[in-house]
Amino acid sequence: MELVYAVCVGFMSACGIFLMLRGHTFTLVIGLTMLSYAVNLFLFASGGLTIGAPAVLNGSENYADPLPQALVLTAIVIGFAMTAFAVILAMRGRSELGNDHVDGTEPFDRLAAEDKS
Amino acid sequence: MSLFDHLVIFPVLVPFFIAVALLLPSLTNSLARQRVITITANILMVVIAFTLLFTVKEQGIQVYALGDWSAPFGIVLVADTFSVLLVCLSAILGLAVTLYASAGEDKNGDFFHPLIMFQLMGINGAFLTGDAFNLFVFFEVLLIASYALLMHGGGKQRIQANIHYVFLNLIGSSLFLFALGTLYGTLGTLNFADMADRIPLLSHNELLITKSGALLLLAVFGLKAAMLPLHFWLPKAYASTSAPVAALFAIMTKVGIYSIWRIHGAMFADQAGELANIALPWLWPIALLTIAIGAIAVLASQSLRVLCSNLVVVSVGTLLVTICLNTVQATAAGIYYLLHSTIACAAMFLLAGLIQQQRGKAEDRFVASRAMPQAGILGFVFALLAIALIGMPPLSGFVGKALILQSVTNANQAMWVWPLVLVAGLIALIALSRAGTSLFWRTSGESTNELKGQPIQYVAIGLLVAILPLMVIFGGAVSDFSQLAAEQLKTGLTLQQLNEVAQ
Repeated sequence: MELVYAVCVGFMSACGIFLMLRGHTFTLVIGLTMLSYAVNLFLFASGGLTIGAPAVLNGSENYADPLPQALVLTAIVIGFAMTAFAVILAMRGRSELGNDHVDGTEPFDRLAAEDKS
Repeated sequence: MSLFDHLVIFPVLVPFFIAVALLLPSLTNSLARQRVITITANILMVVIAFTLLFTVKEQGIQVYALGDWSAPFGIVLVADTFSVLLVCLSAILGLAVTLYASAGEDKNGDFFHPLIMFQLMGINGAFLTGDAFNLFVFFEVLLIASYALLMHGGGKQRIQANIHYVFLNLIGSSLFLFALGTLYGTLGTLNFADMADRIPLLSHNELLITKSGALLLLAVFGLKAAMLPLHFWLPKAYASTSAPVAALFAIMTKVGIYSIWRIHGAMFADQAGELANIALPWLWPIALLTIAIGAIAVLASQSLRVLCSNLVVVSVGTLLVTICLNTVQATAAGIYYLLHSTIACAAMFLLAGLIQQQRGKAEDRFVASRAMPQAGILGFVFALLAIALIGMPPLSGFVGKALILQSVTNANQAMWVWPLVLVAGLIALIALSRAGTSLFWRTSGESTNELKGQPIQYVAIGLLVAILPLMVIFGGAVSDFSQLAAEQLKTGLTLQQLNEVAQ
């Protein structure tokens, strides 16, 4: 289980980072969302992975560490708020700047310019 | 239980309640009422912060267990001298900023006053919190307020700078959580005192994981503190936003520096066993390069606000050097310099706002334009602030730099630190003289009186400028406080002591 879990977290972070390197706010938002999923899964695993153990301290001998779950909950709430803000900012930037590149202007494409001339 | 027992949480709760109150309909509709309330609240905050400072000095470190849950599981606020000094600093800055903005800057967009209060809440919380996860939470509180404040007033340039700022910080937040997860995985706790207790006890195969978590945290804090090579967002963001917001942001980089100090300067310091001083080999070159590159950027700046932003980068580098020096004396010098540089930079940003307002289209760029209507007083304040920022006597910049240079005892370290800090000062002198001459002397045409600054703006700047000589006159008292702060930071509390104090 640990291996599958680790591969999932790693794959998700890799996808997130790849998307964030694209330089457009749309892919950046998607990449950030993926990265924050990966973060949440990672935080959840930081207390150790267990099967069939309740999270609450109900007197049973075998219980899962409740603290990472509290942390994940907080991280999810904050992550949602931040993603919502990022989406609105990206839309505002798109409408004010006329394109969705993070620098506000599309970088000069030499090959396309040569094709035209 | 008197109200006095809850003093530690007041710097977080007061801005929170004021901010929420400001969102109520009868207050959102009237800017005049909002101004009165925020200014009163900020005066109250200054009083609270200084009461807390003297309480901590008399009675030692204060610990506040929220909901009376004891430390490793419950959330605690820890008020030691260092954090309370910074809370005082943020209260003073908040007061100056709201005074300045009340002259009309707050009209340019909605919710300026509530956002300032939320931002102050986040800053104070980050300084006072006693565990790493709440540090993250308060970071997010101050960041989300800062995202909105940075855009205050709108405009293409601000949105574009804000996109960089927001997305970089969001990535930083994700890395922050990765780092916290890593540290929690090996240490099993996120309480600062508990973490410091457990770091020396780590087993051999956990060392590498803990180290990577700690270094990831360094990168995150470095992003917030604008240390090289993660500082590129700063000049653009600070130079494009409005003057009061930029002035308040002068303390934001210091939140990052504070966290580096807390985690890498204290928790992973000499007593941390095999993980002692893990950040130092990285921090040394970064600190020196931050000063060097910052100083070069100061020379290349084409407007006063960009110049001032780059001076912030230089001050970050200087503070990183004091973290690297890793002695109580250097830490004390660093804390003194931190207080000075934040106030001087904030005052310079406010002054740049006034200059920009009075020069019309030329704004604060170093080009010839019509004369400013109040050039006399602005020039005088500019000269004072320049002296302080360069580090010439008799203002606090000189004392700060002298203390830092004095604390470099090792000849090998002195060989690097002395020339860099002094040459950075010389470069600041050259750049600021050039800025002053072109802003105040290269004028053509008549000035118009309608652009004059309002008295309340001068009060705000005067408030900050007055502190600089006061930090020299009461230098003994201030350096006593910074000495105490450095000692408390370096010794730290164990979990047991923390819970005893909380009782």
